[in-house]
Amino acid sequence: MTASAAGAGRYKRRPGWVDAFLWIVRIGALVVLVWGVAGTVVQGIAGEGPTGEAWRDLVVAGIAQGAMYGLIALGYSMVYGVLGFINFAHGEVFMAGGMVGFFVANYLWDIRFWETDFVLSVLLVLVTSILTSALVAVIVERVAYRPLRGSPRLIPLITSIGISFFLQYTFAGLFGVAVKNYPPPPDYMRNRIGILGLQIEVTKLVVIVVGAAAMIGLYLFVEKTRTGRSIRAVAEDKEMAALMGIDVDRTIVATFAVGGAMAGIAGTLWALLFRGVSFITGFLPGIKAFTAAVLGGVGNLTGAMAGGVLLGLFEGVGPQLVLAGFGIPGVSQLKDVVAFTALVLVLIFKPTGLFGERLSAEDRA
Amino acid sequence: MSRPADGAPVLEFRGVHTHYGPVHILKDVDISIREGQIVCLLGGNASGKTTTLKTVLGMVVPTAGDVLVGGESVNGWRTADIVKLGVSMVPENRRLFKRMTVKENLEIGAYLRSGDMSADYDRVLEMFPRLKERLGQRAGTLSGGEQQMAAVGRALMADPKVLLMDEPSMGLAPVLVAQNFELIQQINEAGTTVFVVEQNANMALSIADYGYVLQTGRVVLADTAANLLANPEMRRAYLGESG
Repeated sequence: MTASAAGAGRYKRRPGWVDAFLWIVRIGALVVLVWGVAGTVVQGIAGEGPTGEAWRDLVVAGIAQGAMYGLIALGYSMVYGVLGFINFAHGEVFMAGGMVGFFVANYLWDIRFWETDFVLSVLLVLVTSILTSALVAVIVERVAYRPLRGSPRLIPLITSIGISFFLQYTFAGLFGVAVKNYPPPPDYMRNRIGILGLQIEVTKLVVIVVGAAAMIGLYLFVEKTRTGRSIRAVAEDKEMAALMGIDVDRTIVATFAVGGAMAGIAGTLWALLFRGVSFITGFLPGIKAFTAAVLGGVGNLTGAMAGGVLLGLFEGVGPQLVLAGFGIPGVSQLKDVVAFTALVLVLIFKPTGLFGERLSAEDRA
Repeated sequence: MSRPADGAPVLEFRGVHTHYGPVHILKDVDISIREGQIVCLLGGNASGKTTTLKTVLGMVVPTAGDVLVGGESVNGWRTADIVKLGVSMVPENRRLFKRMTVKENLEIGAYLRSGDMSADYDRVLEMFPRLKERLGQRAGTLSGGEQQMAAVGRALMADPKVLLMDEPSMGLAPVLVAQNFELIQQINEAGTTVFVVEQNANMALSIADYGYVLQTGRVVLADTAANLLANPEMRRAYLGESG
């Protein structure tokens, strides 16, 4: 008895003031949140602030952007699942797809095909973007990460940051630093159509539908196919997976390819939403998607998708909903602040992410 | 014990040495497992038992000597390729894929096979009726005994030529240990060669045809199970007899 009591005293988790501090942060965050929302509601009642229509637009825009984050976040989560490190070059994999897609789009514009058949053009751009991103992801794995297999996790992590810069400046060197604008979409993409009582811009609708389809496709791939099952097995226990006869190396390549393909789809969605791409386009969405992956619980694919959509919503609606209540001007400029604050809050309230993280056997032990 | 040792060798060690860095683990190990046999490998902690299994599967590469599976040297082969030759393993602590369902665990056991494997699937479920009720459940939620069934079932789904079992009785309740060895016998009677690594020498020898005893990486005794059970040295050191 005495021994265990003494043991409990000796292995105290952390000093009390840390807990106290965390509670102050938690309560403070809640107060700020409630206060801000209340302020916004008061403004709304007074007839100030955005209209109902504007609120709905913010939600739709948030979901569209979130779908894109979710697609990129899948790549972070899948690689984390099988290899246990964050591939910080993944944002650049996304940028590569968008960038090479631009040249195809531009060519199609030059031969006037873009205007005559916009749908087919976008499909061609999408395929190019998917193939480019998947290829870049696979090459990066082969050249940079495979030789480091078995070394401490910090090593590939640092390498991935290096690769991230390498890819950025390779693209800057090859194609210049200027922002490249995709050709303008036809006018009907700006039209609004009514769905479920919402007036949604066609572009955003396309982004949301494509994003959702890609996520469902990925989910089915991972859950139902042989390769998907081997990816899950490798993520859970590499040694056992090999004992089942699964080629672990090839499965890791497949993971990078599929994660890259998702980033490629996101690249085209980005082009539809914002049109402009440059060599640093991958940086901020990459960091945001990483945030989304952590938000949902790293390694957890459902979490990555949901985390992406949630982050998009926080970003889209959060500034207006919380910050505007304090009378801060130009709140939409502060969406990045809201996004990263959301990350910090989730990590304080639920460190394993909203849906729980998924670690491999080696990491759980 | 019933089967004479005249089948073709399915798994052989010829003068195998292994090292972990500078540490010499296996020293000149010779083992031969013939078709249809149950062979057990006995020994205390750190005697090199697990290393022996890892060497079969290519996770540890011999520094000298040869490991032969079905007469073919597999030195330096990748694990997946060795598994393709028909080597299947039930690892220590079962190591199921806990986030997958029991059904998926069984199916992944047949990962390398193509075509219809419903016969093997039915056979496994017939052997373990308990698993039938658990098919849709995540493997992590099973009890220890059920996990053992699922792990054996997973290994059998590969229709292996030789089944390796690493400490099958470890962590099981005593009642289950006896059942477990009956099961090994049953699997063997159905035609699978079994190589079992065990600390429980009494139990293992009671079902085995042949036994090897490892001590600090060296085979110190190798004989038929009957002779080993009768060997006074063996009785003193491993079978818990003080006389």
